[in-house]
Amino acid sequence: MSENKFAAYICAGCGIGDVLDVPALEKIAQKEGKMTVVKSHPFLCNEEGVQMIRDDIEKDGVTHLCIAGCSRRAKAEAFSFPTAAVSRANLREGVLWVVAEGSEHDEVRQEMAEDYVRMGCAEVKKMKLPAGNPARADNKRVLVVGGGVSGMTAALSAADAGYEVVLVEKTGQLGGFAANLHRRVPFASPYADPQPTGVEEMAAKVADHPKITVHLNATLAETAGAPGRFTAKVAQESGSVVEEAVGAIVQATGFTPYDINKLPELGGGQANVVDQAGLEALAQAANGGPIKRADGKEVKSVVFVQCAGQRDETGQHLPYCSGHCCATSIKQAMYFKDANPDVDTVVMYQDLRVPGMGEDFYRSAQQKGVIFTKGKASKVSGGDSCTVDFKDLILDEDTQATADLVVLATGQVPNAGVNLDEWTEVNTAAEGGDEEAKAKRDEMRSVSVLKLAYRQGPDVPQFKHGFNDSHFICFPYETRRTGIYAAGPVRRPMDMHQAMEDAAGAAMKAIQATENAAQGRAAHPRAWDLSYPSARLEGCTQCKRCTVECPFGAIDEDEKRFPVFNESRCRRCGTCMGACPVRVISFENYSVDTVGSQIKAVNIPDEFEEKPRILILACENDAYPALDMAGLQRRVYSAYVRAIPVRCLGSVNTIWITDALNSGYDGIMMMGCKKGDDYQCHFVKGSEMAYYRMSKIDDTLKQLGLETERVTTHEVAITDNARVATLIDEYVEQLNAIGPSPMKGFG
Amino acid sequence: MTAPIATNQTILVVGGGISGMTAALEAAECGKQVILVEKNPALGGRTAQLYRYFPKMCHPTCGLEINLRRIKGNPNVRVMTMTEVTAVTGARGNYDVTLKMAPRFVNENCTGCGECGKAVTAQIPNPFNYGLDTIKAAYLPHTMAYPQRYVIDPSIVGTPEADKAKAACKFDAVDLEMTEETVQLKVGSVVWATGWRPYDAAKIQPYGYDRFDNVITSVEFERLADPHGPTGGKILRPSDGKEAKNVAFIQCAGSRDENHLRHCSRICCMASLKQTQYVHEAFGDDASSTVYYIDIRAIDRFEDFYKKVQADPTVRFVKSKVARIALNEQNGNPVLHGVDTEGYHRYATEHDLVVLAVGMEPEVKGVQLPDDIILDSSSFIEGSKDGGMFGAGSAASPLDVNRAVQSATAASLKAIQVIHKSAAAEKSSKEVA
Repeated sequence: MSENKFAAYICAGCGIGDVLDVPALEKIAQKEGKMTVVKSHPFLCNEEGVQMIRDDIEKDGVTHLCIAGCSRRAKAEAFSFPTAAVSRANLREGVLWVVAEGSEHDEVRQEMAEDYVRMGCAEVKKMKLPAGNPARADNKRVLVVGGGVSGMTAALSAADAGYEVVLVEKTGQLGGFAANLHRRVPFASPYADPQPTGVEEMAAKVADHPKITVHLNATLAETAGAPGRFTAKVAQESGSVVEEAVGAIVQATGFTPYDINKLPELGGGQANVVDQAGLEALAQAANGGPIKRADGKEVKSVVFVQCAGQRDETGQHLPYCSGHCCATSIKQAMYFKDANPDVDTVVMYQDLRVPGMGEDFYRSAQQKGVIFTKGKASKVSGGDSCTVDFKDLILDEDTQATADLVVLATGQVPNAGVNLDEWTEVNTAAEGGDEEAKAKRDEMRSVSVLKLAYRQGPDVPQFKHGFNDSHFICFPYETRRTGIYAAGPVRRPMDMHQAMEDAAGAAMKAIQATENAAQGRAAHPRAWDLSYPSARLEGCTQCKRCTVECPFGAIDEDEKRFPVFNESRCRRCGTCMGACPVRVISFENYSVDTVGSQIKAVNIPDEFEEKPRILILACENDAYPALDMAGLQRRVYSAYVRAIPVRCLGSVNTIWITDALNSGYDGIMMMGCKKGDDYQCHFVKGSEMAYYRMSKIDDTLKQLGLETERVTTHEVAITDNARVATLIDEYVEQLNAIGPSPMKGFG
Repeated sequence: MTAPIATNQTILVVGGGISGMTAALEAAECGKQVILVEKNPALGGRTAQLYRYFPKMCHPTCGLEINLRRIKGNPNVRVMTMTEVTAVTGARGNYDVTLKMAPRFVNENCTGCGECGKAVTAQIPNPFNYGLDTIKAAYLPHTMAYPQRYVIDPSIVGTPEADKAKAACKFDAVDLEMTEETVQLKVGSVVWATGWRPYDAAKIQPYGYDRFDNVITSVEFERLADPHGPTGGKILRPSDGKEAKNVAFIQCAGSRDENHLRHCSRICCMASLKQTQYVHEAFGDDASSTVYYIDIRAIDRFEDFYKKVQADPTVRFVKSKVARIALNEQNGNPVLHGVDTEGYHRYATEHDLVVLAVGMEPEVKGVQLPDDIILDSSSFIEGSKDGGMFGAGSAASPLDVNRAVQSATAASLKAIQVIHKSAAAEKSSKEVA
């Protein structure tokens, strides 16, 4: 292996050279930063400047470089050197643009810049060029669980892009719920009439596709591994088990209609009261002719009760809206009208929810004579003539309607398997030896869909109301189990058209997961990242914190309770690194040392200089950009702070805090994302973790004889440009009131 | 500017909003070559102009930061801003595309240092804030603009103002000789992620958007609430700068109306529910929001948010299509007239400010698209006859952000299928040869 050669490049452009003493910065890089090559340039990001760096890498053997100039968020493409380890010292957004103008601030401004150069050099000295996950595996087959419309679409989507697919369906035929529909809602103009479902054609396509293997009457007995190297044990009807090696998984296990028998007040279980699935069966039997009830009588009047057991406020039924039911009832009303325009069809709704072009479908129903009544049904009595007691919301009065048949629009209940929150509770009790919990755990395992052999439980985490959705608005497929993507009504309530779109999207993510895994790269949201976590196991105390705290279930334990990293499940957030009390976990380019050495590189003035030093550890996705943009807007804040971006506050190891306090910093500000139910952390609980860990640091502070105010944690949003500047200045004032840290000079 | 290298294995994504960025990135992170064109000077589209998202009330720029970081880290995506597609010929798997690049008057040398902006004094209406304030004619489109490169507005080119900008630049980045350029590309598939625009509220005559200062649109209200907006995040009404504590939200402003937009724009109910919370956040118990609606379309778990807003004592719901708005000349308040259909009561209610929840109209409506493109009756893109081009996000249907991203991810795979097929066909024809 060739030797490392370190270089620092200091840009004097954008006014840096006018305001800062660049030769002094060069000297710092050389003497304190111990950089072999130190160069400054009036315009480093232009072609000539970049070429200078490139030449040094190619001809002069530079392997590690610190670029001191603008923020790491700026000129990222110009300063991309894939064969070198690169750190960025933020002199522009972090110093020049935020320190007050004027010569009276020259000294503190220069000190700030010098510290950032020291930090950038210290960081790169500890960095290694990421080589990509060495345990990469390149199985690119996609496992699709569920053979309904969502599953079949996912399978065809991946197969038509050239990927092999294994489809597992628990029943004896493809088609799922949609196979039992008479017609479907239209997907394309003119949005006027119900359309043939196309399910049979789709099933035939799947069955005939050379790249798709179908297992019918089959379920998963176990799913183990990681993206690029999953092993799925497929249990067949015969009792035999077939092992399928796959690279990624789409879970398209669909929904079950909410049980109509749970709605006795709305006539559930009574004669001539059916749910939407029941009405499809009647329509299929009629096959375009007059629709007849179970007793054979032709239906002359029908009432559709929307939101049956949905949007429920009593806590007994589904609190959510299933989205598709308004359009479905409209379609079903058309079954009657198209066969016989004289049939009375009433859709009883509270809010009619037909977004987009559904509005045209709604209009078409009105033209066909379907009546829409804004009303809320309170009681349905079945029988030969059904009655519906309801409140007419327009006339504001209680009234009644009668009909030959009542259709309850019940909601979608996801087939999502095990709720992991419950699982964790039961599993913890079971591991503690509780026999009842052990039995309960076995029972839970039997209803699991994926039967994942993951420490964190057998299925993927659920978001709200039992659906396997992503928590993120911008990223609907940002799941907490890398390489496993939910699609269709198991992810979110939806209609057939949406489910097909969703399945194509999930298939996209699945094939992408296999491609990333094959290259040893991270998955979203750090898809470019080749670094991976490694642990020095000889130092590990088997405390299990990393395995427990990993938000993505990436770390298993071996029989001796040592962590076993599944790198391709890992999202590179560093939560494990922050959790580790003995600091044995690191990434090549992000480690306890890369940050710790920056903290120690800062020059701490003695207490008589009255120049406090404040460490900021800022989430690189939100707080750090906010600091940057404060600079862009030329918002002034104190020159006493030194900011270090971290991948996530969850990656902050308490050693950084104690090291900083020991070396005489006066205060520490940790800036992370919003925590709680509506958390905004893309690594799930980084911010929460930081709050928790810092709540424990108070004891350490007391031992050191320090005030608890010296360590603070803040929720900072990316829009908080103005607020970060205020937070900093207020904190400086607070620290001034407390006085300098007594630890100065001992570090 | 050098033309990018593209082949029939390249995917072209038209539109650099969240759908276009997603479509481009999903394919690029799968190893495919992508060209992403955006007609504006920066990526981000309309989501970048939103203050918060429903229902989490989180900030759209958080996701934008992630997407921009993905783009910066991925050499497979080539971004071309200020670029529009003017023609597409050829067929599935083998298109010839003509691109028109408008002059930015600032080249790649720009460091974003801002000296040109300081030098220029001329102001133009700020497009990022829907013209609610002005910006220097040499400007960075917004604080998260990518590319982080200034723009010289064409209105000052040829004037001494532009010369000032040029003189101020130390890096030779201001190039006033730039002209419009045309580039030809070969691509295999095209994803149209051209997004939406707010329906022209002035066309809804009875609401007087063009006559009353204190009748504004929902997208303008986002800018008022945003700390980066024209009022620094204070909800001040346009006529007199007074705090607008009593705000009316009129739903279906243009939507669900055959005289305007025949479709339901899907997002407006949730957007207004969200905006009532801006008012609450700004004024606490002094806030008063009234939502005039036909149906509240809070689909799936959004129902939770609707319930939360229903329980908010500062928010009132009136089921009514507002008939017309008049002006109280004394205090500048808009007065809403109509009938509350829950019990049929006539009302004439005054508010400080009216926010019209304007519908989504496809950005491509009225634009010449390739003949092959299939549009629905509202001009949303259903696809192409040859199956090689796809609509994505709100170009395809009025969608919220989450659903738009989902749609774009799906469109990305459909584009990959097209280039996969042509690669497979080429391979087999070579084998035959």
